[in-house]
Amino acid sequence: MYISFTDRGRQGGSATRRAGKVSSVVVTLGVVSLLTDISSESVASILPLYITGALGLSTIAYGFIDGIYQGVSAVVRIGGGWASDHADRPKWVAFGGYAVSALAKVALLFASGFAAVAAVITVDRLGKGIRTAPRDALITVNSDPQMLGRSFGVHRMLDTVGAALGPLIAFLILFFVPTGYQLVFVVSLACALLGVCLLGLLVPGRRPRRERVALGEVPVPFRWRGLNQPRMRRIVLAAGVFALLTVGDGFIYLVLQARSPFAALWFPLLYVGTNVAFFVFAVPLGRLADRFGRARVFVLGHTALLAAYACAALPVGGAIVTVACLVLLGVFYAATDGVLAALAAQFAPRDSTASGIAAAQTVVAVGRLLGATGFGVLWFAAGREAAVLIVAAALAVAIPLLYLLLRPLSSAEAASTAEPIEPAQ
Amino acid sequence: MNARLRTTLAAALSVLLLGGAAAYCVSAVLDYQARQASTATTKSASIGAHGGSERIVFRSTTPDADYGLVASVAANAPDEARRVSSTVCDRVYSEAGTTVCLRIDRGILTTFSANLLADDGTPASVWALPGIPSRARVSNDGTLVAFTSFVTGESYASIGFSTATRIVDTAGADHGNLEEFTLLLDGEPNTAVDRNFWGVTFADDDSTFYATGATGGTTWLVRGDLEARTLTGIRPGAECPSLSPDGSRIAYKKNVSTTGSVHWAVAVLDLTTNEETVLNDPRSIDDQVEWLDDETLLYAVPRSGATGDSDVWSASASGGGEPALFIEHASSPSVVRE
Repeated sequence: MYISFTDRGRQGGSATRRAGKVSSVVVTLGVVSLLTDISSESVASILPLYITGALGLSTIAYGFIDGIYQGVSAVVRIGGGWASDHADRPKWVAFGGYAVSALAKVALLFASGFAAVAAVITVDRLGKGIRTAPRDALITVNSDPQMLGRSFGVHRMLDTVGAALGPLIAFLILFFVPTGYQLVFVVSLACALLGVCLLGLLVPGRRPRRERVALGEVPVPFRWRGLNQPRMRRIVLAAGVFALLTVGDGFIYLVLQARSPFAALWFPLLYVGTNVAFFVFAVPLGRLADRFGRARVFVLGHTALLAAYACAALPVGGAIVTVACLVLLGVFYAATDGVLAALAAQFAPRDSTASGIAAAQTVVAVGRLLGATGFGVLWFAAGREAAVLIVAAALAVAIPLLYLLLRPLSSAEAASTAEPIEPAQ
Repeated sequence: MNARLRTTLAAALSVLLLGGAAAYCVSAVLDYQARQASTATTKSASIGAHGGSERIVFRSTTPDADYGLVASVAANAPDEARRVSSTVCDRVYSEAGTTVCLRIDRGILTTFSANLLADDGTPASVWALPGIPSRARVSNDGTLVAFTSFVTGESYASIGFSTATRIVDTAGADHGNLEEFTLLLDGEPNTAVDRNFWGVTFADDDSTFYATGATGGTTWLVRGDLEARTLTGIRPGAECPSLSPDGSRIAYKKNVSTTGSVHWAVAVLDLTTNEETVLNDPRSIDDQVEWLDDETLLYAVPRSGATGDSDVWSASASGGGEPALFIEHASSPSVVRE
């Protein structure tokens, strides 16, 4: 359970660095996320079946549940980040978030009927919203600042393993016992509880602000205004614009499905391909971000998204194009998800790490929601392929512009590799 | 607590929780298999006839070895012993020698399919479905087949509720997805991207059919024309239509709830008088109704407290009387008249 990833390959490269090792705390946090993702994804993947097959409801209701599922977490995320910074206790705020989700899994065992299931899912997502930013702040405080990208890469890789294992375990159970929903819920609960316990027992309850005060630094009291400084503004703006141009995997899968018999055949499983690519590329791209610049990798990662759009809209639709599209989507997530957290952590004011991360992630969540809605309208107005091409064209314009916008950050990153980063005041 | 104690405790909890969950699963699986073995009966390969009489083909939901298998009973003796075939379906419909079977192909990588079954229960034609099976129908002469599934990938969030409905012909012609048809609402063509169609029922002329169409948050009973490839909205708020054997009435489900939650009632529309009768079953009925004869409706209602189990009930199409239990532990009924 307690693994550390030693990187033997490149120790000669920079003699001043500590041995290339990702902190065991980060790995533990990754394992906690893995277990929690098994817990929530196993339930999420069978939820449509459970609601239609076992509860006998049509999925109109399901669409409603799913809306709650996605919307709730973005709203409470900012609150989780603020609480974490304000109390200077990222571990216990994250713990609270994980615990809320675990309790929701207990309730799921007794929930019957649509309203109960909807309530349980909402509570589960609330927990996710609360924990994400403090958890990412914990990764930050437990990482060598120069390897932040890699730390997040390792965490997101483990997280993705959980997201892939969850549906697998759930469907394996249903394969053996076709009505074994309750079994899935029990396994989900066990994984959620173990995740909470491992976090509570193995992750040190560090207090970043107090530690810095002990080292003689003057604490920076938390102010929302503190987040409104030039570099954070650039990060949030770039992340927001990109999020608006991210139409959502679901739509890309639908375009592929309509064009390629291969994609139509495998439609329910396309997300697996994206997850596998995310898993494979999370660590290499995190490392690349540390070396080549996080801002650069974040911006250039969107070229993978651009290429995925191109694949989806291309007039050829064979198996290879479909697979290429899924791989590109995975690369896009690997180059942007953890890297954005690392970038926000790096440039957030010293004592507002969690709030800074929360701000960037909330902008992304809200931006993607708007982006998907806007794309729906565009799809309606312009047609399927044209809509994808329009968004692709906008993205092609945005990438170089946002590259320029984030260029000051790249030079700040380069300067900071010599000494620990001092965020701008 | 020192670090060592914490690590030991974490290891112990890992073994306890993961081991406990695994043990619980293994015992449940063994339990399930034992129950399967003890209740196993001889299965006929084919979906059997009942001495030449009309029969009801349905999906058995008995919580034993027969769960999920296609079974049949004589229409005039529904509570007598059922004949159980060895074919697994999640939704089934049979008429005039044509049986369509929608299936969740369970496995580590779960997929979904629509199958036209040969007489021995093996699939003669297969179509991949983009999600969980929903509704299936066959025309009275057995030549046209319609099936609906949900469109469920992993990221439903950005798409919301979506269905796919396809009509095929047993001779091999594919009429395609209903979304490719022209939808006419209030006489105007509607090209909204959020159009969804589900729950087809066929008329006897092999061209007219009825279905549910939805766009912009409103559902419509639509009349389809296979030759003209059009769908015309004829009445809002009616879903999963089912045409009576004589073609004079349509039964459907409609949401009668006045609050935010959904409560489905079954209603019958007389096509000549345009008069609607709502059945007085107080339960929420979420099924595509089947006609036993011109006076009687059949539909499945989930059993409370039993996961994935349901019963088929019968009710008078004129709205009188009480609904009666028709076939226990059954769903997806179809009346084979051939």
